[in-house]
Amino acid sequence: MADSVPRELSKAEIRKARRALFFRSLRQNWRLFTASKIGPIGLSIIIFFVLFGAAHPIYMLAHHNNAIYDPVMGFDYDLPAGTNPHPPTWSHPLGTDALGRDVMSQLMYSTTRDILLGLIAAGAGVLIATLIGSIAAFYGGIVDAFFMRVADIVMLFPLLATLVALSAVVKVSLLMLALLLALLTGFGATAIILKSQALQVKVKPFVEAARISGGSNFHIIWSHIVPNVLPLSFLYMMFSVTGAIFTEAALAFLGFLNVQMSLGMIIQYANNAGYLVGSRLGVYWYLWLPPGVAISLLCAGFYFVGRGLDEVVNPRLRER
Amino acid sequence: MLRYSAVRLAQIVVVLFIYTTIVWLMFYAMPGSVTNKFIGNPKIKPEAIQKMKQLFGLDLPWYKRYLMDMRNIYTGHLGISFDYYPRTVWSIITERLPRTVTLFLTIVLIEYAIGFYLGKLIAWLRGGALDYLATVSGIVLWTMFLPVWALFLIWLFAYLAGWFPLGQFVTPLRWLGAPHDANFVFIRMLATAFGGSFAFAAGWVTLRRFLHDRRVRRIAVAGLGLVVIAAALVLWARSGIGQYAIDIVWHMILPFITLVTIGFAGAMLVMRDSMLDTISEDYITTARAKGLPEKVIRDHHAARTALLPLSTGFVLAIAFSLDGAVITETIFSWPGIGLTLLHAVSTQDVPLAVGAYTVLGLIALLAHYVADILYAVLDPRISYHRGGA
Repeated sequence: MADSVPRELSKAEIRKARRALFFRSLRQNWRLFTASKIGPIGLSIIIFFVLFGAAHPIYMLAHHNNAIYDPVMGFDYDLPAGTNPHPPTWSHPLGTDALGRDVMSQLMYSTTRDILLGLIAAGAGVLIATLIGSIAAFYGGIVDAFFMRVADIVMLFPLLATLVALSAVVKVSLLMLALLLALLTGFGATAIILKSQALQVKVKPFVEAARISGGSNFHIIWSHIVPNVLPLSFLYMMFSVTGAIFTEAALAFLGFLNVQMSLGMIIQYANNAGYLVGSRLGVYWYLWLPPGVAISLLCAGFYFVGRGLDEVVNPRLRER
Repeated sequence: MLRYSAVRLAQIVVVLFIYTTIVWLMFYAMPGSVTNKFIGNPKIKPEAIQKMKQLFGLDLPWYKRYLMDMRNIYTGHLGISFDYYPRTVWSIITERLPRTVTLFLTIVLIEYAIGFYLGKLIAWLRGGALDYLATVSGIVLWTMFLPVWALFLIWLFAYLAGWFPLGQFVTPLRWLGAPHDANFVFIRMLATAFGGSFAFAAGWVTLRRFLHDRRVRRIAVAGLGLVVIAAALVLWARSGIGQYAIDIVWHMILPFITLVTIGFAGAMLVMRDSMLDTISEDYITTARAKGLPEKVIRDHHAARTALLPLSTGFVLAIAFSLDGAVITETIFSWPGIGLTLLHAVSTQDVPLAVGAYTVLGLIALLAHYVADILYAVLDPRISYHRGGA
């Protein structure tokens, strides 16, 4: 093979080889990921909640009556008057809230929305951060200085208080919150971290080789620097999901979120109606414990996956 | 190094200017003003509201308002609060910032102390039962949703056990007829803490110079600590306002427990990772080969080096914890800077909000600055000679 004349490879062959390489590295990374123990635990938590959220239509169908089980507008007329919030019964596995709505239905409905919020916020944020980091590292000089000073300024804003202030200017729906979080994290801390990674990639020989063989700046950034920053981006995306879900819940708890239902809103409704004070906290556990546990577990799930990915992405941490 | 510090300081001024402008714009973009809450009140006539707007300068064109607010910020005057009228913003911030900084500085200090010791220990005994227990319980607490955890602890300790108050900074009933206000007492508590730490540090340095036997020195330092604490306690017991100081401390314990239990795992995991990195270095093997005791290798060779990422993280953690103060202070209705900021934002008290944002931003900026400098001072491999970060 070594002394035969190299034959021009056809496009199909290149594609096939690439696919084989891709699957091999995927298998290898999966082995590293599962070896970490903490990663698979996180992944199973996330899968559980995705299935739990996806089961909401089934839960609604099984009860045949959307007027009772609707997460936002539902009300059960069969319960005796004045008994809401009602403790768990067979027909309401987690009871009803102060307005007579089924907590289980609320929980399932909000889980999907919270996971989507987290994924959109983290995905968009990391996309911005990866592009900024790669561009700043590649061009250096004034471009770098500009984006890094922007990052400095963005990082100065106390996140929650800023979102509260912005909630007066714009209607903070879940999608809006996701975009705001994406902007605040994407231009802030994540951009700085990913830039330092891109700086390490930039000095690698293959970037030099690409430049010598006439690759344009765009080509080098897009097909050499970005793919090598992506693993770390993916890792930070997991941590951002945790941050986004927590911020949503905290903002909703403080009462500054303009949505009808989310995990934080369930707690906020209970808190607003005065069911989270003193002795009531123990009696009305079904109003705060299920959403609280769901938020904590979701945050934990994505955090665990992040820690598991850490072992895959950072070779330093391996082989102890 | 010196040049780098100077350039960074100049950058801080520019960044702070842009930051305050953005904050100001954010509030300018808000519809309505602080006077909106009087519109529905039949006793307050539209002319009175107009007069109020004139008084606060809310009827001025935007550039005049901007110049007025910026002048207020950069002359350190900060203006007069709309909602706490006629108190000045400066007096509100100087009243509440020390509280928050004290509480959160203590919290971060204790978190990092616990994190350092536990992280060091579990990295050394990695794979063991203690490692497993500390990591799992630490991460479970770390991912706990703060408001729910705080409410749970309030329910457990304040309601069921009745050991701590439900919230607030002081118990008003106990302060009936008190000779001074809460801030008077609190500032003196802070002064005592600073004076005590300073006396201890000075004594420690002196003892280090004159006592060379390790064991004798350890006993002397412990004795010095006890003497300083005893002196502070005696001073407070004789001052006549000791009971009020106890009341303030009593209200701080529950927020303290809540945040330390949630946060210590962060420092612990960083320390564990950093320690595991260090343990595989060659000089640890060399130290073992020299026959040094395990404890000396752990504490003096490995932990010293592994402390580096933790020490810079510490400075940044202080800045970040002030951000989290908004949640904690709201749940405990503990009037610090976080609660003030939230209140100012939701009532459109522009001077107070801009002032609080500026102070928090300034603290964050200085923390980043100190972290950068500290990193360069502690790690000789990093130099800021060429280019700069």
